[in-house]
Amino acid sequence: MTLPGYPEAAPLAGLAGGVLIGLAAAVMLLGLGRIAGVSGIAAKAAGLGGSGIARGGAWMFLIGLPLGALVVSLAQRGIAASFASTPVLVIAGLLVGIGTRLGSGCTSGHGVCGISRFSARSIVATLTFMAAGIATVATMNALGLEVLP
Amino acid sequence: MNRTTLPSLLSGILFGAGLALGGMTDPARVRGFLDLFGAWDPTLAFVMGGAVIVMAVAWRMVARMPQPWLAEAFHLPTRADLTPRLIGGAALFGVGWGIAGLCPGPGIAALVIEPMSAAVFVAAMLIGMAAVRLVEGTSA
Repeated sequence: MTLPGYPEAAPLAGLAGGVLIGLAAAVMLLGLGRIAGVSGIAAKAAGLGGSGIARGGAWMFLIGLPLGALVVSLAQRGIAASFASTPVLVIAGLLVGIGTRLGSGCTSGHGVCGISRFSARSIVATLTFMAAGIATVATMNALGLEVLP
Repeated sequence: MNRTTLPSLLSGILFGAGLALGGMTDPARVRGFLDLFGAWDPTLAFVMGGAVIVMAVAWRMVARMPQPWLAEAFHLPTRADLTPRLIGGAALFGVGWGIAGLCPGPGIAALVIEPMSAAVFVAAMLIGMAAVRLVEGTSA
């Protein structure tokens, strides 16, 4: 299925993927009483503060992320993906690491878990990082900066 | 192994599968969503919408649960203050997200899709996190 006017969009696959992400966060919340915020869990696993989840559990969750992607990749016989060059990935990664620690979360913790709870902090954080992301892409496009192959 | 091991792994697997299925492990799709004033790709909105709907139900269930199924107590954020740190941090994150089209979950999940690129991103992200820790001390 495609959206009229948006030939690139994959709304049904997106919705199905979103439901799986929601179920993942629900398992973490209902089962273990914790927020499935990836940046906080990654910080915890690396010994850099972050989530209150046990460190072993943090590692298990993080190991599950590529495993789940691998299952989909095998089922679909490969996944389309194009990545930026190494220097661009380094700059972006540094900003994401610094920003998610200062901002106490990322797309999962604020965007999924927090918004669904109507958390004011998460709503403000999500609006902010979305606006910053949109402004960044618009600026890079205006300057003719192509980062993806 | 304890009783948090398997639920944590299951949550991670479901999360990673959802990211890949929804196209979020492809930076081109994520940047397409952020390209609101260009060739906009709304797919990410469907991903977020699906996840938020399921989690809205989960939060309703939490309100009626004395404790989680497999733990003694809920450990949930209680802060409600809107600080410059929150907004500034979210803005920095958003700039990084827009530059490469990757946030933490897809970056880690993509380790099986494009290992070298994903590893560079994740390593830089951890260095960024460590920098905050270093500057602020262990209280952060």
